[in-house]
Amino acid sequence: MKISLFIPCFVDQMTPQVGVAVAQVLERLGHACEFRSGQTCCGQPSFNAGYWDEAREVAIRAIGVFDGAEAVVGPSGSCVAMMRVFYPELLKDTPHETAALDLAARTFEFGEFLVKKLGVTDVGARFPHRVTYHDGCHGLRELRVKDEPRQLLRAVRDLELVECDEAESCCGFGGLFSVKFPMISTAMAEVKGGSLARTQCDYIVSSDPTCQLQLDGWLQRNWRSPTGTIPRTIHLAEVLAGAPL
Amino acid sequence: MIAQDAQSPQWAKKKFLHDAKVHVQDTGHRTFVQKALGGYFLSRDAQKARYRDWEQARDAASLAKWSAVNRLDELLPLFVANFEANGGQVHWARDAEEARRIILDLVREAKAKAIIKSKCMTSEEIHLNAALEKDGYGVIESDLGEFIQQLRGEPPYHFVFPCMHVRREEISELFGKFLGTPPTNSPEELTMIARRHMRQLYVDADVGITGANFLVAETGQISITENEGNARLTAALPRVHISLSGIEKVVEHLDDLAVLLPMLATAGAGQQMTCYNTLYSGPRRDGECDGPDEMHLVLLDNSRTAILADPEQRDSLHCIRCGACLNVCPIFKNVGGFTYGTTYQGPIGSVITPHLRGLSDWNHLSAASSLCGACSDVCPVRIDIHHHLLHNRRNAARTVPNRWEKFGHQIFVIVASRPWLFAAGGAIFRHTLGMLKRLPVPLLRDWLATRALPAAPRKSFRQQWRQAGKDSL
Ligand code: SF4
Repeated sequence: MKISLFIPCFVDQMTPQVGVAVAQVLERLGHACEFRSGQTCCGQPSFNAGYWDEAREVAIRAIGVFDGAEAVVGPSGSCVAMMRVFYPELLKDTPHETAALDLAARTFEFGEFLVKKLGVTDVGARFPHRVTYHDGCHGLRELRVKDEPRQLLRAVRDLELVECDEAESCCGFGGLFSVKFPMISTAMAEVKGGSLARTQCDYIVSSDPTCQLQLDGWLQRNWRSPTGTIPRTIHLAEVLAGAPL
Repeated sequence: MIAQDAQSPQWAKKKFLHDAKVHVQDTGHRTFVQKALGGYFLSRDAQKARYRDWEQARDAASLAKWSAVNRLDELLPLFVANFEANGGQVHWARDAEEARRIILDLVREAKAKAIIKSKCMTSEEIHLNAALEKDGYGVIESDLGEFIQQLRGEPPYHFVFPCMHVRREEISELFGKFLGTPPTNSPEELTMIARRHMRQLYVDADVGITGANFLVAETGQISITENEGNARLTAALPRVHISLSGIEKVVEHLDDLAVLLPMLATAGAGQQMTCYNTLYSGPRRDGECDGPDEMHLVLLDNSRTAILADPEQRDSLHCIRCGACLNVCPIFKNVGGFTYGTTYQGPIGSVITPHLRGLSDWNHLSAASSLCGACSDVCPVRIDIHHHLLHNRRNAARTVPNRWEKFGHQIFVIVASRPWLFAAGGAIFRHTLGMLKRLPVPLLRDWLATRALPAAPRKSFRQQWRQAGKDSL
């Protein structure tokens, strides 16, 4: 299958290694990947802020970029939710509605794509660490992806998967929310980050690079662990690519 | 608290930001509230497990409310006809002021000397107690939690658990101060103190004021759910019973309660059933030994018809005020109930308050959310709560846009529409981030105040891809 990579703007600019890992895993499984360089951002910042007219322009453009792609796969539950769930709402009753629905049907979150579309749970990776998984809210509740990343992690050699007691709680990122309401956002990071770190894991695995930004940002600055080690976040694709940082 | 609508623009937002900041620093309080909800989660899950299919039950509950809310024009008159046939009297109130006036008139006509009241959030919405007190009528809250809040001089902290933020020692102290009782740490004893205090008050009161959980159209009955039995006494002992209810509380069939009552109890409080579920069918009839002489129902609109007119958010009228969305909301749990400054706290409060009190003053509540969606997942009547926060944001951007914000998003569109500009902008951002971090750049500064920010990579993904010779389009 020819897979079109959906590299969200944040991944493109700030965590390119995540995009590279996605391509590595998919290619290792025998699929060709393309990157359409016309892509920029999915428009979620404007959409979430209420500026739907602006978001609509960006969305229509993105739909054009991925025109004809067999499968569009992105390493972010949030950005994929934007395309799959919110583009159809944003473009409802416009001439672009059908195209939005068509793209929605071809767009997948990375872990979900491996398990549900490709039917793969074991990608042959090894990662000798204790990890916990952080559910990003958009992946969890808009896309209903919960078990897939865990299935993938359980198949990784030498990996120990533990759950935290706030598994379904939000990390508090929420895009612009994190800087418009920094005190609430930080309090949420404290609840979630603390719960994740108390599992005494080496890594917090996530499918959302912006959740990682929030959790890492809070933990690196604030977490005081008895052992002196602070867990780091890592993207699921990086774990599956088998190349720890 | 009386609405302070006349204050400076954005006062509500400024107060929210201020109170949120203060509250999140109170780790003790946050942990206490978090812990207080711990037991709820356990019992809720145990009770949910008793349902053959919780999701199907949600479908049924939401359908019952949907079909009633979408046929209010037909069901409200049906309810009223049946209620009146049962001997009750109906009063229509367009807004809070009208509702207050109607109730004051009824109280005056009854020549009331003492008024007792059971839990009723709609009365908080119209600031009823303050109005009654202003006219010289004493009102006693008979629900334990509300009574405690009344003694503390505070509004409810959570619309189902009004005093969940208060420690037992504080309650004991409060009772000592107002009722002269000795200190105790036993919840049973505290309850008994309030009960003993209350008994005579029921007997003395001439007017009892209650809310309503459901109005059953086909029978004309008012359904009230409670745990303490205080609403029964409030409705039955005084000579005049006044019930205050929003018009959206109507359901068509008595049978609808078979799903709504247990779900209300389980979703909101983790109970199988609330202890007392009573149907009130009019005043005392000839030959009956108890019940009020008169029974009045005040039906309140107060902008509910405006929500009804909005098909997108109409389902927010399904709300049965169970409180489940507050219990799971990370915003509520971290900023606390008072920070909202609204009658209805939490996610559903953030959705409906802009409708009740104005979008320009109250849209910040819709913005103050990470849109995690935990609320919509637990809502027993399937209100699309967190998406309505988005809808409020959109409506605000349309009707009361912030000029600078809009400008920012227009710039964003220009950049996002031109890959070369996006790439160039990204490169500049990455290469200057180290320097920007040391400058007081708005937003960036807000991030850095509490969180670290990683160094930016030298090359973007698109650069790496191109250099690997893989560019395809
Ligand atoms: S919105 Fe739903 S969950 Fe929240 S109080 Fe109302 S019925 Fe309960």
